[in-house]
Amino acid sequence: MLETICLFINAAIIQGIPLLFGATGEIITEKSGNLNLGIPGIMYVGGISGIIGGYIYEHTAANPNAALCVLIPLLSTLLGSALMALIYSFLTITLRANQNVTGLTLTTLGIGIGNFFGGSLLSFFGESGSISLLTTASYYKASLPFADKLGLFGKTFLSFGFLAYSAIIIAIVTSFVLNRTHIGLNLRAVGENPATADAAGVNVTKYKYLSTIVGGAIAGLGGLYFVMDYTGGAWTNDGFGDRGWLAIAIVIFALWRPKLSILCSFLFGGLYIVCVYIPGLTSSSKELIKMLPYVVTIVVLVVISARKNRSNQPPAHLGLPYFREDR
Amino acid sequence: MTKTDKRAHEPLIHITKRNQIPWWKSWMIRAAAIILALVVGAIFVMLMTGYNPLQVYSAMLDGNFKSSRKFWMLLQNTSILLCISLAVTPAFKMRFWNTGAEGQVLVGALASAAMMFYVGDRLNNAVLIIVMLIASIAAGVIWAVLPAYFKAKWNTNETLFTLMMNYVAMQLVGFAIMIWVPSGSNVMGVINSKTESGWLPNVFGQKYLINILIVVAVTVLMFIYLRYSKHGYEIAVVGESENTAKYIGINVKRVIIRTMVLSGAVCGLAGFLLVSGTHHTVSKNIVGGMGFTAIMVSWLAKFNPILMVLTSGLIIFLQQGAGEIATQLALNESISDILTGIILFFIIGCEFFVHYKMNFRAKHGKD
Amino acid sequence: MSNVALRLDNITKVFGKIIANDSVNLTVYKGEILSLLGENGSGKTTLMNMISGIYFPDEGHIYIDDKEVVIRSPKDAFDYHVGMIHQHFKLVDVFSATENIILGLKETSRDASARVREISEKYGFDIDPDKKIYDMSVSEKQTVEIIKVLYRGADILILDEPTAVLTPQETKKLFDVLRKMRDDGKAIIIITHKLHEVMALSDRVTVLRRGENVGTVKTSETNEAELTEMMVGKKISLNIERSEPINPVTRLTVSHINCINREGVKVLDDVSFEARSGEILGIAGIAGSGQRELLEAIAGLQHIEDGSISYIDPDTGSSTELKDKTPLEIRELGVRFSFVPEDRLGMGLVGNMDIVDNMMLRSYRKGKSMFLHRKEPASLADEIIKNLEVVTPSANTPVRNLSGGNVQKVLVGREIASSPKVFMAAYPVRGLDINSSYMIYNLLNRQKESGVAVIFVGEDLDVLLELCDRILVIGSGHITGVVDGRTATKEEIGLLMTKTDGGHSDDKN
Repeated sequence: MLETICLFINAAIIQGIPLLFGATGEIITEKSGNLNLGIPGIMYVGGISGIIGGYIYEHTAANPNAALCVLIPLLSTLLGSALMALIYSFLTITLRANQNVTGLTLTTLGIGIGNFFGGSLLSFFGESGSISLLTTASYYKASLPFADKLGLFGKTFLSFGFLAYSAIIIAIVTSFVLNRTHIGLNLRAVGENPATADAAGVNVTKYKYLSTIVGGAIAGLGGLYFVMDYTGGAWTNDGFGDRGWLAIAIVIFALWRPKLSILCSFLFGGLYIVCVYIPGLTSSSKELIKMLPYVVTIVVLVVISARKNRSNQPPAHLGLPYFREDR
Repeated sequence: MTKTDKRAHEPLIHITKRNQIPWWKSWMIRAAAIILALVVGAIFVMLMTGYNPLQVYSAMLDGNFKSSRKFWMLLQNTSILLCISLAVTPAFKMRFWNTGAEGQVLVGALASAAMMFYVGDRLNNAVLIIVMLIASIAAGVIWAVLPAYFKAKWNTNETLFTLMMNYVAMQLVGFAIMIWVPSGSNVMGVINSKTESGWLPNVFGQKYLINILIVVAVTVLMFIYLRYSKHGYEIAVVGESENTAKYIGINVKRVIIRTMVLSGAVCGLAGFLLVSGTHHTVSKNIVGGMGFTAIMVSWLAKFNPILMVLTSGLIIFLQQGAGEIATQLALNESISDILTGIILFFIIGCEFFVHYKMNFRAKHGKD
Repeated sequence: MSNVALRLDNITKVFGKIIANDSVNLTVYKGEILSLLGENGSGKTTLMNMISGIYFPDEGHIYIDDKEVVIRSPKDAFDYHVGMIHQHFKLVDVFSATENIILGLKETSRDASARVREISEKYGFDIDPDKKIYDMSVSEKQTVEIIKVLYRGADILILDEPTAVLTPQETKKLFDVLRKMRDDGKAIIIITHKLHEVMALSDRVTVLRRGENVGTVKTSETNEAELTEMMVGKKISLNIERSEPINPVTRLTVSHINCINREGVKVLDDVSFEARSGEILGIAGIAGSGQRELLEAIAGLQHIEDGSISYIDPDTGSSTELKDKTPLEIRELGVRFSFVPEDRLGMGLVGNMDIVDNMMLRSYRKGKSMFLHRKEPASLADEIIKNLEVVTPSANTPVRNLSGGNVQKVLVGREIASSPKVFMAAYPVRGLDINSSYMIYNLLNRQKESGVAVIFVGEDLDVLLELCDRILVIGSGHITGVVDGRTATKEEIGLLMTKTDGGHSDDKN
């Protein structure tokens, strides 16, 4: 029994890590007032960029070197997802396009890019079959060396690849930067009241660009974790599923707080797979359990709007463009 | 009077809102954007496939017009996308971000399928179809009214609410399929394939014609509703300025809920058409992202139902054309999503040049 | 002259056709409080915005500490140690006081709290640095704004109507702080209309009128009467026609209404008056003294705490209570109001709709059909375009693209077309050229002659005195007096406007 629970916790964390990357990225973005509904697409691009980078390296280098095996996909992912976020930023911040339309289009584009290259990458190189980057993935999956010696505890909490720990560290650092540094203060002011931030000498455009791009890059790592660690270097079209939207749900559920989103990610990750661990569940009730994250998110959304507790609200200027002109 | 002196201290490019530019000029900008997008899209396809541009475009035309089946598919897919776009339009005109069309259509489809499944063999076909239609519309309305009610009551963020409702709907469909398909294969086969009860009839021997005719009727009705009815007028006033709406005594909350009832009802209708007129079954991705694409279609057409015929047709044309390229080259069909994305971004981006003008610092004295 | 803190030399600022500031010179010394006095629209705030980096002057020079400076942004202003406290606070609601104070600076709250405490102690501010803005009273918010500019090292402080939102006790406290700052060597400019505050607080007074500096006097060598005269100027003859009211009867009775706005400030305080048919009732007052809320309360757009508003039907003589009724309910009772609101494109009209569709705003509900009838509004639009000489390409042009005067003609024309019994207009000639203004005056007179009760909220005292039969003066939500439009003087009204203690006493200086 204990073993099953530990297995479940372990699996919940694994499921939660991509969500955590996505949620952290979206929180950073939303804090600047940009509601980036392109995050699900960005995560697909993050995944496929890592695959492409890893594939090219693994198949050209005679003796793939561990550091490069890790570094090349990592940089490809950061670059690919940052570029996606740059498109969003340019359209919404500079060209003042509608954020919802731009974000949804970005998701269409991103999923398209992921599936297209995922489905066609091998044929570009004249190969057939399916993508499998075992060498690269093995480095991403490498867990802490002493984890095995710690028995059940090690197996449950220390058996992850380095990206999993990075996700938690990034979330904690994000929380620190947002709440304890002047950069975070300025960023939050931009999302709350850009006119006031502008008057106080904060460069609103710069903050919006930077936070959206950094947020996008971090979300992209969720895709990388998924393809390298979770699926072990393989790509399946639409394999990432609707996890990107789940990440956006976590942002709301965690009330725009990065540290809380760590727990929420694991919780949602757990709900994603809990049906496997509850014996005797019918397949139909599994579907209902998968519905839970969305239902509770809606409840949270309604409750915060009804209670109007000022510190639990979305950034006040979320989704709205900012014009300095009227000042 | 000009503000020239201010210029010397301002950045190189100073952006100001335009008053109004002639309609032909704004359409020239949009046309230029589409042409540019097609060029960029073609370059992308060339890089990926080695096709020359002519081959790209002829393959695209092939994908839509080569056989009568493909042409009917173009019409059929356009009509469903158009129907969903029409559904989201009144809400958008009111500045209510209904990103939940996907889910509203899906529950509509589910309701129709449920009626076919449970009472399909007990009712006569005409009655069954009417029951399905009512059930679909009711389901779509419920899915749309929930977020609208909370928006009106507590100003709950409707973008996020409706978005989440999509996934609740998907899981609901998953749940239903698990119950209906005992084998646990989670694929629902064609319902009533023998009796064809609950299927919309073929008209003039064409399977999809009735779908298309229904959507044409909805298009005309929606155009009339938005432009000539009192409700449509109230929607426009609420969307433009809530203050004005209050000033002339419009009950804003009631308009929000009423409009979302309409939006959900038309989504439900689209779900009905998908099940009864097209697929005769239901699955989690039967809507296939059209609920999101519809948002773009409506936006690009400036909420004008007649223009939406063109914008929805353009998007389906692209998707089918890109699908053809993918088939010819054994590439993944998702290339169509990439092309759609590229074209949409150009069109979204070009609106900036319609609404704003850039003043370069060098041009002194010109305003 | 080394103790000159700030000198403005021939500053001019033009917005479109309106000259907001015309070659204004101004000097402020270190260690003094200068009052900037003037009516609405006299250019006080515009002038100060140019020092704080919100606007950039069209002409002229700014000197700080005898050196010429260029101020392009609020940040530049901070760098020159200029800080302005705007009438509408620029604070982030969900931030604490300290967070707002250090916003945009490269500091963290921990570093800041010591200095915030130091500043607070020095000037006697009583503020909790960790309190969130949304939990604060208006006066606390103002304190945060003041600390914010002091924290940034401001030596020149500009306060735009700082007492408008304060209680008398809070005002007294603020003045103590300002005096302390003055003694500390800071230069302080306070924008105000309240004469007794000018007399009580400042060392010198500079008066602006219609964008020009009409003179600077030492407070100790002047009195309220002299300042009022400087502020309102000599009476100018405008030759607006005014007929005798014919058979006036009471049409609208407002008694003892109170209104509290969203910030919890009492904007209407025990207001009572009546409007009569065949008469133009003017409402004079400093902007933001409750005029807008008063008209909106009558129109059913503003919730009032208590009191009553009743309409007396001209045909039956029966009276109808309008309190707590929505605009639609008021209309359904058969009460015929017209209302030209201050915010023309944001409230009275829909900017993106054409003239015809804007005509329908009032009339579209007519009839049982669920469809609109555009024929009548279209002919009404043509009529208004023709009769009021609206300059527009066609009746199908969005009103947003019309000039201010033409927008107003469309709005007033529509409101008149519904043949009202009570006609209310808030600042109907603001921003209009002379010809359009006279057309509006004429329209109001025609309404009056046809037996309508007209309520006219105006800002130009000359116009009020030539157009209105009676003038109601409002100050900080109180009715400070009702005068006869034919016999009252500008000085008399000016004094009533700046009086804040309420009541109907007759203490003229």
